[in-house]
Amino acid sequence: MNATATLSEAPVSTDQLKAMLGRPPRVLVTKIGLDGHDRGSRLVAGFLRDAGMEVIYLGLRQTTATIVAAAEQEDVDAIGLSMHNAGHLTLAPAMLRAMSDAELDIPLVIGGIIPDQDRDALYQAGVAVVLGPGATAEEVAESVRRAVARTA
Amino acid sequence: MNLRHLAPADLVPRALEGDRRAVGRLLTLVARVVEKLIADHARPAVLAVDPSSPLSGGAILGDRVRMASIDATAFIRSLATRGHSGGLAMAVPGAVRVLDAGGYSPIIIETVGVGQVEVEVTAAADTTVVVLTPGMGDAVQANKAGLLEVGDIFVVNKCHQPGADDTRRDLELMLDFSHITGHDDPDYRPPILLTDAIKGDGLDALAEAIVKHRLHLDADGRRAQRRMRRLQHEIERRVTARLQTHVDEIMHAPSQRQLLADVADGAISPVQAAEHMTAQVLATAHPTQTAP
Repeated sequence: MNATATLSEAPVSTDQLKAMLGRPPRVLVTKIGLDGHDRGSRLVAGFLRDAGMEVIYLGLRQTTATIVAAAEQEDVDAIGLSMHNAGHLTLAPAMLRAMSDAELDIPLVIGGIIPDQDRDALYQAGVAVVLGPGATAEEVAESVRRAVARTA
Repeated sequence: MNLRHLAPADLVPRALEGDRRAVGRLLTLVARVVEKLIADHARPAVLAVDPSSPLSGGAILGDRVRMASIDATAFIRSLATRGHSGGLAMAVPGAVRVLDAGGYSPIIIETVGVGQVEVEVTAAADTTVVVLTPGMGDAVQANKAGLLEVGDIFVVNKCHQPGADDTRRDLELMLDFSHITGHDDPDYRPPILLTDAIKGDGLDALAEAIVKHRLHLDADGRRAQRRMRRLQHEIERRVTARLQTHVDEIMHAPSQRQLLADVADGAISPVQAAEHMTAQVLATAHPTQTAP
């Protein structure tokens, strides 16, 4: 199973998204817990900024609660979690539960070191996009845009 | 000193761009102030403004990183400038009104900038706090940037660092000059405070200075005056932004390419071309007018 069920059918540009949303897309980028490998999340923040999006960068050591609170205050269109600690099978569902409890109906994007055999489980749980370490700037931006367009 | 009676006192902590560490320290100072406000049972809000990339239109809004320790009592919103050249997001005045209506107080507008940004930002707030760090000729830079004229309170952060006293002395000197040349408010001399955001030094004095300035504004109706100026400024910005969209349309219309080519060839001057385009902008903005 791949992620196309959670993405808009056709590619969508940032300008098109801007027209749909009435403003540039806002994406929250952060890491949960004690995982300190943040180079990937910084790179992704830059990719999204270069693609015309506004990145609310929360940095390290966040919890599902602080992420939900920030997502609400910042009216973000997607939440991006960077994971390099093999915690994704626990943390991604926990994040989804916290989002659903708060009625945050926006896509969850997971990036980082995710073994191929775990991707299906993540999609089944409700993750919209899984991005591995080889993802290019364009792939990152495009998949985030399509995920946002789907729920916008 | 209890700050909850400041509803809604808008503060604008500032720092000079170019020193990323200075930005971090400013944000730490803001975070400390917000924590203190929460401890004093206030319900503060922070509007954190960062510039949008002129190339992509996107932005990295990272000010929340330094405010992670603050609980959700405080409403923190990150805003990108979105192409607005003044340095303050267009949405700020409206956001201040919404937060005020929502019972948040005080409302802190936090931004980093140099140049013309100051006038813009101070027009949006009741009280402007200018934050400097010692060394690097900060006080001189502040003067050049025009910050001396708009600050109601000056803070030298990282006060235990060498050079802090020099910075304070420089600031005092420059304030002396503006006093001599006719500061617009002879009854109020901006205080210069020393703080250390990491250690928490000087926060009480800062809180007191803000309250004092607020009381000063309330006397003689100055606060009402500032509010009128604020509203006027906001309206003017909105008008300018509306006109700018017409300017952008005209400037990028295919019909203008010939005009630009004529200017490049020297057939007409840039001034003449601008007058022609201005007439077109006015004609499109107000269709009943005929362009000369």
